[in-house]
Amino acid sequence: MLRKLRIIISIPIFALLVLYFVDFSGFLPHSFRYLAKIQLIPALLALNFVILGGLTLLTLIFGRVYCSAICPMGFYQDIVNRLSGVFRKKKRFKYSRPLTVLRWSLVAVTVLAFLTGFHALVGLLDPYSAFGRMTVHVFKPAYLEGNNLLAAIFTHFGNQTFYKLSIYIASVSTFVIALITLLAIGWMAAVNGRIYCNSICPVGTILGFISRFSLLKIRIDEQLCNSCGTCGRKCKASCIDTKAHSIDYSRCINCFDCLEVCTKNAISFKYGVKKTSVNGTSEPGSQIDASKRRFLMAAGVVSLAASTSFADSKLLKGNRITAKRKTPVSPPGSLSASHLLEKCTSCHLCVSKCPSNVIQPAFTEYGLSGIMQPVLGFEHGFCNYDCTICSDVCPSGALLPLTVAQKHQNQMGQVKFIIENCIVFTDGTSCGACSEHCPTQAVSMVAYKGDLTIPQTDVNICVGCGGCEYVCPATPNKAIYVEGIGKHNKIEIKTEKKEEVKVDDFGF
Amino acid sequence: MDRRSFLRALAITGAAMTIKESGAMTLMSQRIGGASAARNSGAYDLVAVMGGNPAEMFRKGIAEMGGMERFVKKGFKVVVKPNIGWDKRPELASNTNPDLVAEIVSQCYKAGAKEVIVFDHTCDDWRKCYDNSGIESAAKAAGAKVIPAHESSYYREISLPKGVSLKSAKVHEAILDSDVWINVPVLKNHGGAKMSISMKNHMGIVWDRGFFHSHDLQQCIADICTLEKAAVLNVVDAYRLMKTNGPRGKSESDVVLSKGLFISQDIVAVDTAATTFFNQVREMPLESVGHLAKAQAHRLGTMDIDKLKVKKIKL
Repeated sequence: MLRKLRIIISIPIFALLVLYFVDFSGFLPHSFRYLAKIQLIPALLALNFVILGGLTLLTLIFGRVYCSAICPMGFYQDIVNRLSGVFRKKKRFKYSRPLTVLRWSLVAVTVLAFLTGFHALVGLLDPYSAFGRMTVHVFKPAYLEGNNLLAAIFTHFGNQTFYKLSIYIASVSTFVIALITLLAIGWMAAVNGRIYCNSICPVGTILGFISRFSLLKIRIDEQLCNSCGTCGRKCKASCIDTKAHSIDYSRCINCFDCLEVCTKNAISFKYGVKKTSVNGTSEPGSQIDASKRRFLMAAGVVSLAASTSFADSKLLKGNRITAKRKTPVSPPGSLSASHLLEKCTSCHLCVSKCPSNVIQPAFTEYGLSGIMQPVLGFEHGFCNYDCTICSDVCPSGALLPLTVAQKHQNQMGQVKFIIENCIVFTDGTSCGACSEHCPTQAVSMVAYKGDLTIPQTDVNICVGCGGCEYVCPATPNKAIYVEGIGKHNKIEIKTEKKEEVKVDDFGF
Repeated sequence: MDRRSFLRALAITGAAMTIKESGAMTLMSQRIGGASAARNSGAYDLVAVMGGNPAEMFRKGIAEMGGMERFVKKGFKVVVKPNIGWDKRPELASNTNPDLVAEIVSQCYKAGAKEVIVFDHTCDDWRKCYDNSGIESAAKAAGAKVIPAHESSYYREISLPKGVSLKSAKVHEAILDSDVWINVPVLKNHGGAKMSISMKNHMGIVWDRGFFHSHDLQQCIADICTLEKAAVLNVVDAYRLMKTNGPRGKSESDVVLSKGLFISQDIVAVDTAATTFFNQVREMPLESVGHLAKAQAHRLGTMDIDKLKVKKIKL
């Protein structure tokens, strides 16, 4: 009964969150962003005390139900576990001792890293964000492929319900990290159930600690129990010591699988005063899992190697002036790069939701600690002047909500014009593509030689949308680009008076 | 059907769909209906209307042109190509007036068109442009099929033997597969090309606009208009014109409610007339709009509108 309830609650949360992440056409309304906002680490960084209080209360009453019903990574592991059961019919778990030292060391290292300014680790280990990256960089491309196949079939028969989308890897390093996360956690889940949640995940460790004090707990009635051991074999958290009739509540995720298999009704979820001994505090140092260390090290080495080769390929040989950003452009609502780095967990919901594909995972633009954090790149598009989706969906407060009017005044970068690269200068022909795309006319066309016009820039009214950079046809180096500014500015928009012009005649 | 055969069937279906019509097939299906045909008939070469709402002005204008039946025959597949380039409201005049588009679509159906398609290769996010311009809903309400143009796979390469800078271009397949298409630009100032009217509106039927900008914009605009499948009709929406900061515009202060409309089969003449009309609001010598003379040199039409049979209507 409780198990079914858990499944009934968790399926829609998981399915809708994934769908919201991959949905490009906007058929799920943006109110579904709250599925991201109720996640623990984002709420913690956003200092959303309502959510934090709610989750703490939930855990204090029911135990770690967050891990079984709300966390998408938890549900992902359940899926993998279920699938692996198809191939191994007699799947059994058995009680194992907790890896307490590893768990708490990881919490300590994460907190320490965060406090000393290396924020990437929080994002790397936060289960929601890690799952977000898996979704955006692995599942979404597959979803788009499916859409394109449908589009091809439907369009062929004259139906325009579906339209094609271009699919590309936004960032190689992030794709590699997402894929490693997917495979590594998937493998751990297939072999050992919720070992990730109970040995690595800092959220699991902290909620596990709180759930020791929860009101309702799974309890074994020693009078009724015939020590058959079935519950222990069914426990994917490996936390039931059937011989000692004890349960390690720091690891129990309240999946309730054990309740259903007990034929003696000896195990139940209830309020009780009897304190079950917390078992198996291990001697320090002996329980560190080398495989996880190897995984983290491998992830680091692979991403570094991938990035070095990537960086080399970017070196362009051209005889003109390079237009390379020195300071990254952080997304709208991020206030400043430092605010972003402090709050962002790299869940990539903004990356996925950006309709113009402007938000991309950073490599080292923000420095090493900003790896995977959202940065603007204008290769595939430019930031829509009237769009505020990214700052609306951000669950962690890294991007603070902007109204459309605020967005119009938010300067996230400043235009830089290199006349020596400009088509009008080099070829002596008309262009004006940059000014054409400029929403504020921070780039305007002014008289040049003969009937030609050439761009003129005014950084005071530039919002840094990158329209000019995206569309500039100059190669190999752009003639116009957006330079980042550490801290976003508020620009003044002059309201122009509309002069009454009357046209009475054709003029010819 | 097992999984394997299902997947195989799916893959074969997908592969089959990649087969495309060849250029030779397109040539066979083309019809002749260029400017020369118009000059021989009794109707006007150019009709200019002022003072009404867009739909009303078009109804008067097309009647003077000899009615839509002259251009759209029974069973035709028609494309109506407005300017939907920007994520802007109709009042800001960045895009063609939606009422005008709807009126043209319904007139096509009245003339017996089998299907009317509307699209544009937009500059801003196409879904936002289609939506906020009001054109998608207006065109759909009139019965048109509104299709996307944001992916290169919707375009087919054609050669432009008469082109000077632009020798070939990828053009949207809807244009190439149509029986006739109607070009419906909005009258705007343009920072680079000086004016954006009928000829400049061709940049919304091609895939690679960047090439135009980097290879002599004015010449490329004239070159693309030499395409075999020329628009059967050019309808310039000057109900609202954009006098400054074009072609995107900043605010309503860029817009003039000029209540004009120009129709012609001669693309050079209609753009010349519209530029002359625009010149009353802001100085714009015809010589400065380089693509006009270049198109005349291509023999696409004439800038000498005084020599044409022009009908002016004031409502």
